[in-house]
Amino acid sequence: MTHVGYLIAGYGITFAVLSSYAAWIVSKKRALARDLPPEERDPRWP
Amino acid sequence: MKSGIGTRVLGVATVASLALLAVMALVITPPDVNQLDAVRLIYIHVPMATVMYVAFGITALASILYLVPRTRARKWDILAGASAEIGVVFTGLVLITGSIWGRTTWGVWWTWDARLTSTAVLFVLFLGYLALRRVGGDVDARAKRNSIAALAAFIDVPIVHKSVEWWRTLHQKSSLLDEETFLHPHIHGSMYWTVMLGIGSFLLLFAWLVINRYRLAKLEDRFEDEGLERAIAERRAEALTGTGTGVPTP
Repeated sequence: MTHVGYLIAGYGITFAVLSSYAAWIVSKKRALARDLPPEERDPRWP
Repeated sequence: MKSGIGTRVLGVATVASLALLAVMALVITPPDVNQLDAVRLIYIHVPMATVMYVAFGITALASILYLVPRTRARKWDILAGASAEIGVVFTGLVLITGSIWGRTTWGVWWTWDARLTSTAVLFVLFLGYLALRRVGGDVDARAKRNSIAALAAFIDVPIVHKSVEWWRTLHQKSSLLDEETFLHPHIHGSMYWTVMLGIGSFLLLFAWLVINRYRLAKLEDRFEDEGLERAIAERRAEALTGTGTGVPTP
């Protein structure tokens, strides 16, 4: 295989950024949801 | 707290399709005659560019729905912001993967080509839009201002897409997404299906991200309103009891 370093950089950066962004959304959403009063919590989400 | 079952199924489908994409893109498809294995970057670059268009398209559509009095609702402004943020993330990745691919194929990391430059401008425009969303003010006035800014920034989207036709560029013409190549694509076989799988996978990821980012934005909005109401109540109480210091506090 040619251009291995470029492929690792391209795929690595892409999947690292997208998975970090997804993890940030989920963790922040859960942190805020914990502060909601029980009667306001939606059982389906967040 | 648990996610809805639909969102969970969507999440699992997204991970599975991205895993399949990685196998197809890095193992199964053959190297290109000219680009050799650098062509494998195209299997993520083109799908992410497609998601970029979709994300900013949803931002523009939601902004129009907010500006039209009959459909005006806070949810459209929140959706526009959520979709724009995801669009900015994808635009950044399009620029990065395009730059890496350009280094292997053109021999340079960057050139002031019309497609590259207009995409970089799009990135900066929507970064500005996200910054503008953080500026304070009345909720309705802010949302109207956001919507107008989003529509102004969206003008660059067709310019990005058509730039390879309107100007002589180093960037090649569209292989899939224009009137001529949509029915008769310039790529074939497993390469074609891998690009299609990539577009499907990244659209699934976009759907999952926009659902979750929208829900997060709704929560942020609720706590912002609560904080504002609490601050107003405290100021009123201070005014009534005369305990205020007269010095504004944050």
